[in-house]
Amino acid sequence: MAMSRDEIYKKVQGVLVDALGVDDEDVTPDATLRGDLGAESIDFLDIVFRLEKAFGIKIPRGEMFPEDIFSNAAYVQNGRVTPEGLVELKKRMPHMDFTDFEKDPDINKMQFTVNTIVNYIEGKLNG
Amino acid sequence: MRWIWIDKFTQFTPRQSATAIKNVSLAEEHLHDLHPAYPIVPHSLIIEGMAQTAGILVGEARNFEEKVILAKVGRATFHRLVRPGQTLTYHAKIDQLSEQGASITGTVTVDSQAVAEIELMFSHIDQNLAGLKFPEHNFVFTDQFMNLLNTYRTGGDVAI
Repeated sequence: MAMSRDEIYKKVQGVLVDALGVDDEDVTPDATLRGDLGAESIDFLDIVFRLEKAFGIKIPRGEMFPEDIFSNAAYVQNGRVTPEGLVELKKRMPHMDFTDFEKDPDINKMQFTVNTIVNYIEGKLNG
Repeated sequence: MRWIWIDKFTQFTPRQSATAIKNVSLAEEHLHDLHPAYPIVPHSLIIEGMAQTAGILVGEARNFEEKVILAKVGRATFHRLVRPGQTLTYHAKIDQLSEQGASITGTVTVDSQAVAEIELMFSHIDQNLAGLKFPEHNFVFTDQFMNLLNTYRTGGDVAI
């Protein structure tokens, strides 16, 4: 049976509370992982492991967080994502909202939110 | 000084689980540093013992080719103190193992009594932290470590 978005959200919230040591109320849909919840690079692997366990899914490397794009010189120049990079990002990350990022594609300003994860899991589980 | 906080493995199932023991001796200098009048094994070194038990298990899964680094202590809950003369038993179980790292859950006991529950995450650092360069040689599983391990692989009986 397909999970509702609310059920997915609650589980994602639990994963982030455990992985990042934050409180339930800190994990809001728009909270950013790095900025608001204090996630560091190594936490992303922890989050992937915990999501796999919580939802019984396999998350291939680079599918939820396509970090390889950021180390590709064709896609990132002078700290900014190129138009080609944006096309690739949108293709690889249908779960991410790029509306604000497109206006100023500075890689340091790209923020994964709790909703990004919920969207990803929802797409993965419910197709 | 060798930074080795387990004495031997008593069970080792590749890619699944491992059990190691550590005999605690009053001859260990550090035991006199924390509470000189009441020597106990510091909790941090119990976590290190688990990290070594699990780290070797995770390393073996990739034939010791990855640099396996303790990346995160997810949880560590302690129930009792450990004193000289006791034997710590570390049991580590791999929960997840991927190209990038592994997560494990571990239990620590003395005489079958619970000492701690520990969750750890390991990173294969060459596969992560894009952009950072690490030395090519494996500074985690060094030649010295591999030589030591080989004596155990042959059963530990070395002719004198």
